[in-house]
Amino acid sequence: MTDLLSTAQLYLDGITVSFDGFRALNSLSLVIEPGELRTIIGPNGAGKTTMMDVITGKTRPDSGTAMFEGRHDLTRLDEPAIANLGIGRKFQKPTVFENLTVEENLELAIKDDRRIRHTLFRRLDDEQEGRLERVLGQVGLVRRRAELAGLLSHGQKQWLEIGMLLVHDPRLILLDEPVAGMTDAETAATADLIVRLARDRTIVVVEHDMVFVRSLGAKVTVLHEGSVLAEGSIDAVQNDPRVIEVYLGR
Amino acid sequence: MQRTPLLGRTGWLVFLASALVAVVLIPLLATVPAPGSAFRIPAYLVPLFGKYLCYAILALALDLIWGYAGILSLGHGAFFALGGYAMGMYLMRQIGTRGVYGDPILPDFMVFLNWRDLPLPWWGFGNFAYAAFMALAVPGVLAAAFGWFAFRSRVTGVYLSIITQAMTYALLLAFFRNDMGFGGNNGLTDFKEILGYDIQAPSTRIGLYVVTAVALGLAFLICRFVVTTRFGRLLLAVRDAESRVRFLGYSTTGAKLFVFVLSALLCGLAGALYVPQVGIINPGEFQPGNSIEVAIWVAVGGRGTLVGAILGALVVNFIKTWLTGAAPELWLFALGALFIIVTLAMPQGILGLAARLKRWRRLSSVPVGVEETAHD
Repeated sequence: MTDLLSTAQLYLDGITVSFDGFRALNSLSLVIEPGELRTIIGPNGAGKTTMMDVITGKTRPDSGTAMFEGRHDLTRLDEPAIANLGIGRKFQKPTVFENLTVEENLELAIKDDRRIRHTLFRRLDDEQEGRLERVLGQVGLVRRRAELAGLLSHGQKQWLEIGMLLVHDPRLILLDEPVAGMTDAETAATADLIVRLARDRTIVVVEHDMVFVRSLGAKVTVLHEGSVLAEGSIDAVQNDPRVIEVYLGR
Repeated sequence: MQRTPLLGRTGWLVFLASALVAVVLIPLLATVPAPGSAFRIPAYLVPLFGKYLCYAILALALDLIWGYAGILSLGHGAFFALGGYAMGMYLMRQIGTRGVYGDPILPDFMVFLNWRDLPLPWWGFGNFAYAAFMALAVPGVLAAAFGWFAFRSRVTGVYLSIITQAMTYALLLAFFRNDMGFGGNNGLTDFKEILGYDIQAPSTRIGLYVVTAVALGLAFLICRFVVTTRFGRLLLAVRDAESRVRFLGYSTTGAKLFVFVLSALLCGLAGALYVPQVGIINPGEFQPGNSIEVAIWVAVGGRGTLVGAILGALVVNFIKTWLTGAAPELWLFALGALFIIVTLAMPQGILGLAARLKRWRRLSSVPVGVEETAHD
C-alpha cells in the first residue's frame, strides 16, 4: 500500500465526509494511476461531487488520506494551492466568466505566475499567446474570441471551460458531467477530445450518460452511498449484480 | 490577444479637456476677471469645488472595489475621516501660540482638559511629511487588518456591508470620547495655516483646489491602470464567480485585500485634502449615513465605470448644495427618491442611460447602417 501511495497520481484512503450527520463519503478509497483515464458513475447522492470537492480542497474530510503524486497532502491545502499543484476541475454547470470575453477567460486560466504583481505588470509572452491561439482552435471558438462568454451557447460554454483547462495544462483533470446538455454530435466530439487529452495526462470523468461512458472505453468505478461499490471494465460493471441492484437495474 | 489601452483616443481627449477646465480655467476665472464681473467665480465657490473633487476621489475608491470586485463597503467614510484626522492633527499643531490658551505645544482642547503632555499618538504630527504619510498609512493599515479577517473568513455580500457599517460606527463612538485625545465631539478646527500659508487666503484655497484636482486625475489614472490589466479582469471574475477563480489557482483573498487597501489609501488621500478646505474634522464624518451616501453617488453615476463614480459624486453633491440651500427639508427625501429611481429605472446609472440612448439612436437608423455595410 505504501508503494501505491508513492506511485499513484491520486491516492484516496478512508475518506469520510459528513454533513449534519449525513455521510456523503463513507470511508472512500480510490487509486488513480498516472496517465489513467477513469470514469466514475453512481446514482444521485452517491458522493461523486463531494469526492471532487475533497480532491480540490473545497471540502475538508473528517478523516482519511488524500495524496497527490505521493508528495502533496490535499487535505491540508486550500483551493488555489491545489489548483497550482496541477489539478484542474470542470464543473457540472458550465462556469465561465460571463462578463469577460472568450480570450480573457483563457487568459486568466493560462498556466502562469498567479501573484498580484505579475497580473498587474505582465502580459502574456509569445509562447503563452501561441498556446492560447492553439486552444482557441481546438475548442472551435476562434471566431468568437472577442465576444463576451455570457453570449455563448450552452455547449460552447462547456467547450470554453474545457479550453480553460487546456491552457492551464494540469496533470490531473477532474471533469464533472462534461457532456450535460450537449447535443449528440457535441457529445461525440467531446469524447474524442477527452480520449486524445488522456494520452499525456490523468483524467477522472464523472458522468451519467452511459453511452458516453462506453465511448470513453475506460475503467469504471461505481460509487454508492459514499464508497466504492464496484470497479472494472464497463461490461464487468454492468453485469455486476450489486451494481444492477442499486443503479442500473431500476 | 486584444490589449485594453489605458484610455482610448476619445477618453484621452475628454480627460485632457476636463483637466484643462479643472486645473487652468477655473483657477483663472477665480482670479483674473474683476470682482463682480459675470465671469468671476466667487471666492467661496473654490473650496466648495475642492470639496466636490475630494468626494469624487472617495467615490472613485468605492467604485474600484464595488463596481469591479463586488465588495460593497458601507464604511468607506471611516477611511476618509481617518485621513482627515491625520491632516487635522498637523493643522492643529501649526496653530501654535495663536490658540485661545496660547500654549505652544498643546492644542486648545487639551489645555481645556487640563492635560500636561502631548499624548503619544500626536507625536510627530508637527511635521507635514509625517502627517501626510499617516493620512495614508492609518487607513491603509486598518483596511489591511479588517480586510484580512473578513476576506480570509470568506465574509461577502451583505454581511460584509454590515460589518463595514459596524466598523465606521464603532470609530464614530470612539472618536466622540474626549479621552480618545482627538477633540471629542468638537473635533479639530480653527486651523490657521498649512505649510506656512494662511489657510483662509484665496490664493491658498486655489492652491489646495488645484492640488485636489491633480490628485483626482492621478487617482483616476491609477484606478484605470488597475482595471485594464489582467489583475482588473481577475477582479471582475472574482465579482462574478469567486469560488471558480480559486479553482484556477488565484488567491482571491489576496486580490481582494490588495484592491481594498488601495481603495482605503485613496480615501485617506481624499480625507487629507478635504479637511484643510472645509476647515474642520469631527466624529460626524464617521456617521454610517455618510458612507451610504457614497454608495448612492456611485450608483447614480454608474457602477464599474470609474468615470461614472466621479460624475455621480459631482452631480449628487451639486444637487445637494442647491437643494439644502433652496429647500433644506426636502434633501433627504430627494436623496431617497434618487436612490429608488436609479435602482428601478437606470440600474447602470447616468452612464448606462447614456449608452442606452446611443444604442437606441443607432437602432432607429438601422436602414442607413445596412446600406453602408452593403457598399463595403
